[in-house]
Parts: sequence; structure tokens; C-alpha cells
Amino acid sequence: MHGRLKVKTSEEQAEAKRLEREQKLKLYQSATRTVFQKAGELDESVLELTSQILGANPDFATLWNCRREVLQQLEAQKSPEELAALVKTELGFLESCLRVNPKSYGTWHHRCWLLGRLPEPNWARELELCARFLEVDERNFHCWDYRRFVAAQAAVPPAEELAFTDSLITRNFSNYSSWHYRSCLLPQLHPQPDSGPQGRLPEDVLLKELELVQNAFFTDPNDQSAWFYHRWLLGRADPQDALRCLHVSRDEACLTVSLSRPVLVGSGTETLLLTVDKSPLAVEWRTPDGRTRPSHVWLCDLPAASLNDQLPQHTFRVIWTAGDAQKECVLLKGRQEGWCRDSATDEQLFRCELSVEKSTVLQSELESCKELQELEPENKWCLLTIILLMRALDPLLYEKETLQYFQTLKAVDPMRAAYLDDLRSKFLLENSVLKMEYAEVRVLHLGHKDLTVLCHLEQLLLVTHLDLSHNRLRALPPALAALRCLEVLQANDNAIESLDGVTSLPRLQELSLCNNRLWQPTLLQPLASCPRLALLHLQGNPLCQAVGTSEHLAELLPSVNSILT
Amino acid sequence: MADTLPSEFDVIVIGTGLPESIIAAACSRSGQRVLHVDSRSYYGGNWASFSFSGILSWLKEYQENSDVVNESPAWQEQILENEEAIVLSRKDKTIQHVEVFCYASQDLHEDVEEAGALQKNHASVISGSPTEAAHSAYLPSEDESLCTVSCEMPTEQTPSSDLEPALEINDVEVTGEKEKRYDDKTCVKSASEEETSENVPTAEDTALPPKKNRITYSQIIKEGRRFNIDLVSKLLYSRGLLIDLLIKSNVSRYAEFKNITRILVFREGRVEQVPCSRADVFNSKQLTMVEKRMLMKFLTFCMEYEKHPDEYKAYEEITFSEYLKTQKLTPNLRYFVLHSIAMTSETACNTVDGLKATKNFLRCLGRYGNTPFLFPLYGQGELPQCFCRMCAVFGGIYCLRHSVQCLVVDKESRKCKAIIDQFGQRIISKHFLVEDSYFSENTCSHVQYRQISRSVLITDRSVLKMDSDQQISILTVPGEEPGTFAVRVIELCPSTMTCMKGTYLVHLTCTSSKTAREDLEPVVQKLFTPYTETEIENEEVEKPRLLWALYFNMRDSSDVSRNSYNDLPSNVYVCSGPDCGLGNDNAVKQAETLFQLICPNEDFCPPPPNPEDIIIDGDSLQSETSEFSVIPEANSETPKESTSLGNPEEASQ
Repeated sequence: MHGRLKVKTSEEQAEAKRLEREQKLKLYQSATRTVFQKAGELDESVLELTSQILGANPDFATLWNCRREVLQQLEAQKSPEELAALVKTELGFLESCLRVNPKSYGTWHHRCWLLGRLPEPNWARELELCARFLEVDERNFHCWDYRRFVAAQAAVPPAEELAFTDSLITRNFSNYSSWHYRSCLLPQLHPQPDSGPQGRLPEDVLLKELELVQNAFFTDPNDQSAWFYHRWLLGRADPQDALRCLHVSRDEACLTVSLSRPVLVGSGTETLLLTVDKSPLAVEWRTPDGRTRPSHVWLCDLPAASLNDQLPQHTFRVIWTAGDAQKECVLLKGRQEGWCRDSATDEQLFRCELSVEKSTVLQSELESCKELQELEPENKWCLLTIILLMRALDPLLYEKETLQYFQTLKAVDPMRAAYLDDLRSKFLLENSVLKMEYAEVRVLHLGHKDLTVLCHLEQLLLVTHLDLSHNRLRALPPALAALRCLEVLQANDNAIESLDGVTSLPRLQELSLCNNRLWQPTLLQPLASCPRLALLHLQGNPLCQAVGTSEHLAELLPSVNSILT
Repeated sequence: MADTLPSEFDVIVIGTGLPESIIAAACSRSGQRVLHVDSRSYYGGNWASFSFSGILSWLKEYQENSDVVNESPAWQEQILENEEAIVLSRKDKTIQHVEVFCYASQDLHEDVEEAGALQKNHASVISGSPTEAAHSAYLPSEDESLCTVSCEMPTEQTPSSDLEPALEINDVEVTGEKEKRYDDKTCVKSASEEETSENVPTAEDTALPPKKNRITYSQIIKEGRRFNIDLVSKLLYSRGLLIDLLIKSNVSRYAEFKNITRILVFREGRVEQVPCSRADVFNSKQLTMVEKRMLMKFLTFCMEYEKHPDEYKAYEEITFSEYLKTQKLTPNLRYFVLHSIAMTSETACNTVDGLKATKNFLRCLGRYGNTPFLFPLYGQGELPQCFCRMCAVFGGIYCLRHSVQCLVVDKESRKCKAIIDQFGQRIISKHFLVEDSYFSENTCSHVQYRQISRSVLITDRSVLKMDSDQQISILTVPGEEPGTFAVRVIELCPSTMTCMKGTYLVHLTCTSSKTAREDLEPVVQKLFTPYTETEIENEEVEKPRLLWALYFNMRDSSDVSRNSYNDLPSNVYVCSGPDCGLGNDNAVKQAETLFQLICPNEDFCPPPPNPEDIIIDGDSLQSETSEFSVIPEANSETPKESTSLGNPEEASQ
């Protein structure tokens, strides 16, 4: 009575498994071959065949295409009843494929396609399907995507969808999709009056969301999803298109504009329109560095007639048609130049990373983050958020503190040291611009700041003296060519290897490049296009060691009076 | 064969408690011939669960203290010259100080009967012809074995069933088949109707007049089969040994479980919920932001405290509660950690044990839900039966209401050879496994026992009301004075299939210092108020009201060393009754240790073979192939652990 079970040994099992696999592969391959042989025949047998293959491997995009072709064909041939039955089978089949792989692009896409073609799709059923799949894996972004599609098609009220994200966040707040969905739904639920900035939330809603997200990052400060949502909550929409600065120079017979975002102005297009004394003037726009690609700064040559000194003044107006923005500046009789620009301080140009209307909100966020930072001194997300909040609140007031936080952050997150250096350079540069504006000068000192990168150069259109010495710059980038008024440029004691940006600077007279990494005279080629360059300091560069450098340079830069090596 | 049992076995197991049942299953699985007997009319011994009428007859048995008249044929004449006998006790002495209180109004009509009562637990049925006993107790039999109806999730339930193939943790548990248990026509509500009511939790409370809500004693009697009252109150740690064993052996297919939904704490006269998982902490309204951080930080540390010895080495000498004070935790949080997470006492637990307990708790979180515990639907008593079923599937023979008069020991070899049962049949075997309570006083004269204080309450509402009334909660009430023990309270809602609709079944457990009532009544009074008819006016009574209460002490033999029993042959093994702990690790450990002694070098409850791998060829076709025909289903789900359930320790990056 009591015998032991006879069971196959593991070798026998492995052998049986192997045979079974081989068999499966054979079937799969022969079915695939048959489908491809049938190419062009659009009947139900193709549906049957493809369903065998897709049932095992739903990621076979070509076969989904076959099915779509067949279904389209059958739509024309079948009666409505037959068609309804067909659709029902197809939906059931899709669901079984999703169970095989809930993250199959092809399957979800096919379902979208199918639902989109139905005269009366059952959206409630689809929402339920989404809920079921998200029950199993609340972070299945394929399903989230599909849910957004369904909710949009079925016009589900945003409040209901928001409640749904609530329930999933309650279960597990590490859920980018759910947070993201909130960021889409909340602005819909609380539309701002037309005047308000796009995509922002009323303060009471904002405060509630901030509390929710704080709960998340106090519970687990290492979870990024909450921090990203936090950043979205505090961020603001892209700034409005604007003409930041307009500059006219009589000497160079040139007009320069600086735009709030890079734009490509093709020749013959009407992106930028210029009127001189109210009459339109057709001009050729170009970029300062001569390359035709999107740029913040565009300039054009002016005909002598529009600059003559007989009238008491000339009025120049540039209209940016796409951005619906314009700016006007006046060149007075006897003056060399005229300009008009937005003030970086008034417009809070550099605070757009994070900014809400009420600084009280930012202030209280800063306080809770500082509280968290005390508990978690090494949390990078918290440190970064503190830095961003401080900048949004008052970049100059918090400058010193910000720099300290950067230091801590770099220590705890060495993998991103270079990113942090660049971010820090950007902030320092912004602060210097602000200080320059307050001082109402056209001289910018950026020496001894450990800068690794130059940015916001389009803001420096009017600067005449720029000191970049004692930094960690490796290049003077092409964007530097926007500094049309620059007369003196000091960039000693950096690691500069390239001078691409020092090109066509009409007023540059003096250039100091001591103790850099310029190793051969040809690197100085761009300087030849600066007509007024008279004094060039090159001491302490590798190229000074080479024989014949002086001669080479004299040949390369014949108009430069004095080259010191 | 029809009249008597086979006369020879490899292993005879006496008593159907959890450890005995596990061993019986393991032995049978390993090809041993197993006879499993119990003198009681039900499975589980002190691990059993009873319907309301069942518990009443169980009580009667103990209160009447009636001695069973010994009608059995004399065994003495069967003992040979070179043999001696170890007489087994006919009377269970493990339960004491039984006290029952009924607060619900007792109606006039007295002849109310439990709908569909099976009368299965009447002490009087103990006598019976051998045929009947042997036959009716064979597993699986329709009415005795409550676990025979398989309770798997409906297959359409995919994809969620993919998720947890080994253990079915249902929230949508009851399907048609299960209702067969309530096949009586007087059961008005089907179980599935009960389910729907779960979705509208408070509707009944508010919509219906309060009068309707009153539950009378006769209602309890009538709906008595809705109750499954556990004698021991335990939960399964979701990474405990028992869960591992259930999964490994595939016994889990015979049972269903529910996750405990709340961990509660009793503090400053109030019941509060303890946030213990990441999601709980995130959602908690009672903690400040900083507390959230501190708690998470501490719990994260506990998860891998061994890796940071410098954080606790200096505190090894002090108690865990003192250690917690050094950890920047607010009093609030310290209380939560000490009493509800580590579940240790203020004074008796050192730092390392506390950290270990905390870690164990946290390790179990998130495997099946937001708390570390599972409860078997239909009560703890299901579990021994599940293992018995597995034993039977592999050929074990079952006899309930079958007592053993004595063990027969060979004088020379000092080994036990056989038993003599109540009918005087002598059955020989190689190994004998006896549950401790079967030994007579002669054998146990030197044994010292501890006691467990138990109370079972039927109440009319939950100790902590929430938007859903289907909550399963565990609450720890720390001992008030030094020297008294913490009381563990487990509150079960009707969806656990252990109590009737509109009631809650509450189990209280602690290590005894006095009688159960003396130990537990103070806690009962703190949490509940007796039900009285007159206070209808007082609409918002804060505390839940008691409808019925039972107190008793149960013997705890878990700590008894084998050496303290007198003259046991080496092939007689002793299983202890239930211990006081929350988990079942003790029973599993015990079972595994004893199994290794009986079957050295055998795997303990290995998974059943894959049906495809079973070789059934003509010549080896035996009668049991029919028994094995159940296996294919069993194995269609391969036991593997789900990892897709969010684990706090697997926090995403």
C-alpha cells in the first residue's frame, strides 16, 4: 500500500524540458513562416495564425500590423453583429496577451487602436482593466499611459482621476506616473484666470500638495519621485517670449537684439521685423559667430542712410513676430550707440528655476527642507532643493550659504561633481550680473570664482570690460561672440584650449590669455577677425616654448600691434 | 480491514495538534506508514477552532468534569512477560478555571438551536463501534474535515493570481463552493452577500434604527456556525517558519489567509493605530514630519542593525526601552516600537533582543500586505487539519474519537513496540509520537508547567472605528505593574469567517500570573463595556460592548524538556501543546526536530512532485494512484515567492 512515488530524475526532467522547448520553437517558427507566406491575404486565418504567435510572444510588432490590416479589411466585409463578435474576441485576446506581458508596447498600442475604431467603446470596462493592472503593478507606465488615453476619450472628470492617483500614492508613493498624472490633473481642476501664469495652482491647493509631498520625502528622503514632484510644484511655466535687449552702434553700423530663447531667423523669413523711424527696413540677420543655428542673439548691418547725423534722433524698433514681442531704442544725434534692455533684477530673470507668486510659500518650504537636512545631512535631494529655494527667494542674500551647500553636496554626491560645478558657475555668473546692474556699470568681474562654464552670455551684450581670470574655464565658447561692446577681455590663469568665441568682436582692443593651455599658434586664428585688437598677452602658454612662435603669430595676426609671449 | 485497523505501522501519532499534524504529514510524505489518532471528536486538540455550539459543548465537557467511564476491554492481559506498559491518561487536564459570562439579552424561547449544527463535539459520542470510528474519521470525509473543500481563487482572478502563486491571500475570498459549508437553509445570508456589505461599511450603522443592531444571545446561537472560535490565538508571521513550510510543502493550497490590517496600541486610555510600514508612515496623520523621519530612520537601521554594531554595541547591557531613549525617538515613537513593533516588555528585554524582534517584524512587512501577519480564514484550527489532509493524501490513516490505552514497552530493549487502543487492538510500530496531554500523572510527576491565560469575547463593534469595518487588528496592552505580562489582543471581523455579521471576535492572551479572569479582566474592562439593555439612550457609547465572554487557562508545555518525563523509551517522542507566543515557529521547529529523529536524512515536507514527472507505468500501478490523482491540480502553481509586492526594504531608487 505504502509505496514511494516514482519520479523522474533531474536529468530526465531536463531532457523532457529540452524536447518540449524544441517542439515549441518548431511550432513558433513554422507559424511565423506561414504568416509571412500569406502576406497580402487578409482573411481570418491570418488572425488565427498571428494569435497563436502573439499569444506566446506579444512583442512581435509586425504581426500586430498584420492584424490591423486584416481587421480593417473585415470591417468592410462583415455585418455589424459579426463585427461586434470579432471585436469582443480581439479584446479578450488582447487581455490574455497583456497577462503574458503587461508591459508590451505592441499590445497596449493595438488596444488603443482598436478602441479608437469602435463606434461605441465601453470605456468603463477599460478603466476597470487599467485599475486591475495597476493593482498588480502600480508603476506599470504602459498601463498609466493607456489609462490617460482612456480617461481622455471617456472624458472622465479630473477629480475622479485625481482620487485614483490618491489611492495609488497612498499605497506606495514611489510612483512617478501617479505624481506626474497629478501634475496634469491639478491645473485642469483648478484653471487659473487668464492673467495668471500658465499651469500654476491656487495657493490653497498648492499648500495641500506640498504637505502631501513633504510627507513623502520625510518618510523616505531618498525616493526621487517625490522630489521631482516637489520641484514641479514650486517651478513656474516657461517665461514669456521677450526681446531682452536692443543695441545700435553707429560706428559698426550694426543693430543687435537679444531674445529670451534661442531662435533661428532664416533669411527671407519674417521672424524679426525692423522698422527705422517707423518705416520698415529689409535687412539680413546673422548670428555673432556667423553660424546659422538657433541663437539668443541676432544682428544686422544698417545702411548708412538710417544712421545719418542730420536728424536729432533715429528710432529703431524690432518686432519678434512669433513671440509677439517688440522693443524700441533711440540713437541720439552725436551719440555712438543707443540701447534699450530689460533689467535682470526687475524681471527676476534668474529665478525662473523655482518660483511661486508667494515667497512665503517658498520660505516655509525652505524651513522644512532645512529641518530635514538637519536630520539627514547627507541627503542630496534635500541639499539641492535647499539651494534652489534659496535662489528663488533671494540669490544675493543667500549667496554665501548657497556656496556652502554646494560644497556639502559635492562631497556627498561626487558622481555629479561636474554637473554641480557647472550649476554653481551659472549661479555665480547670475549673481555677478545682478551686482553689475545694481552698480550701473558695464564692467563685469568674474575673477577667482572657480567657474567651469560660461552661460547667460546673451545677457552681457553691453559689457565693455570682462575679467575671467583665475577660473577653471577650458574654452571661450562661441556664445562669447555676442559681447559686441567688449573692449578688454582678461582670461588669465584658466585652462583655456580654445578661443572659438573670440571672433568678430568689433571693439576688442586688449586680450589677456596668460597661463592657459594654448599650445599652438593656429588656435589663435579666430582673433584675426577682431579688427581693433592691438594688445595680446600670451605669456605662460605652452606655445611660447616653441621656436618661431612669434613669427608665426605675426603672420597670423598682422594687425595686432603687440603680442607678448 | 473493515473492522480493524492494520496491525502494523511505521509511525503512530497520538494527538492532532499542529506539531503532531506536521510530523504526520512529513512522515507520510517521506513514505512512512502513518496512523494518526486523537481521542477527541475533533481535529487539533488545543489548537482547534469551534463553532459557537461547539465551544459550548467543549465547555460543558470541562465544567461537568465528568470522568469517562472506562468501558474499554482490559489491556493488562495483552502485556507479555517481557513487556511493560506506559498507561496513557484518558482525561485532558490542560484546561482550567473556565468561566463564561453572557451579557447579550437571553430571549424567552429557549429551544433555539444552532442552524445546521453537526453535534460533532458531544463528549458522549466517544464510544462507538470500531467500524464507525475508523470509517467516519477517514480523511477526507464530507462533514468532519472542514478543509476538504478546496478554496482556491477563481481562475478568472488573474492577473492578481500570478502575483502570489503559492499562498492565496484573498480579499475576495468566498466563492460558490465555500458556501457549501453553510448549506443549511436557515442561513439567510450567503457568504458572498456578506462580502458586498464590506464595501458599504457603515451604511447599516447609520441607515437602520439602532434597535436593529442589538444582537441577542439567541441570534448568536442561531448563527453559531458563523463562529470559528480558536482555543489558541496566534497569527502567522509572513516570513515565519510556518508560512515557509506551507509554501514549500504546497499545503498552502488547502487554506486561505487574510492579512492583518492594523497594528494598534493602547496608550493613555486610547486605542491608536501604529504606523509601521512605509505607506503607513507616509499616510499617518498623527505623526509630525520630523517624527516620520525619525521613525523611518530607526526602522531602516533595525532592518540591518547587525551591519552597524557601533550604533548599539555600547548599549548591549541595558534594556531595549532604555536604548530607545538614546535614539532621539519621541516618547510616542518609543512606545510604538517597544510595545507594538518589537512587542517586548519594558523591563525584560535587552537591546539586542529588541533589535532582533524589530527586525523580524520589519522583515515580514510587505510580503503579503502592510502588516507582517496573516490569519487563516475559518480560524487557526484549519492549519492542523491542512497538514492532516496532506498526510492522508500520501496514505496516512486517520481515526478520531480513538483513544489509546497504553504504550507497550519491551523490557529488554527499552523500546516501545506497540500501542493498545480502546478496543484492545494491539498495533505495532517503530516510532510513537505522543502529545504531552496524553501522558498520565505517573509519567509527568516531575514536570513543571506554565499556564496561558486566555479570554474570548464576542463584541458588537471594533475597538477602533474606521471607514472600513472589516478590519483585523492586533493590539498590545502592556502590563501595568512590574511583574505582570503584556496582554495580546487580536480582534477578528466577520470577513475572517470566525464570527457572525455585526459582531467581532476578540481573543486575549497572556502568560498567566493568576487565573485567566484575574489576569485579563482588567484589560477587558479598559477596552470594553458590558452590554446592558437599558442604555439605548446613550447613542455614542465609546467602548465596544461585550455580548459574551469566556475565560480559561491553558497549560503551556512548550518549555518542558524531554528529560523531565519519567521512563520514556527512546522511540517515544513528545509533542508539546501550544505556547504563548504570537507566531507558530515553535511548533514547526519542534516538528522538524522530531521528524529528523524519526527519518534522519530525509527532506522535511518537500514539495510534491510535478505531475508530469510522476511515472505511472503498468506494473507499479497501485491502489494509491487514485489518491494521487489530486496532485496534478496541486502542482499547477509552482511554489515561488512573490517579489512584486512592494517591500519596504526594497524601496525603489
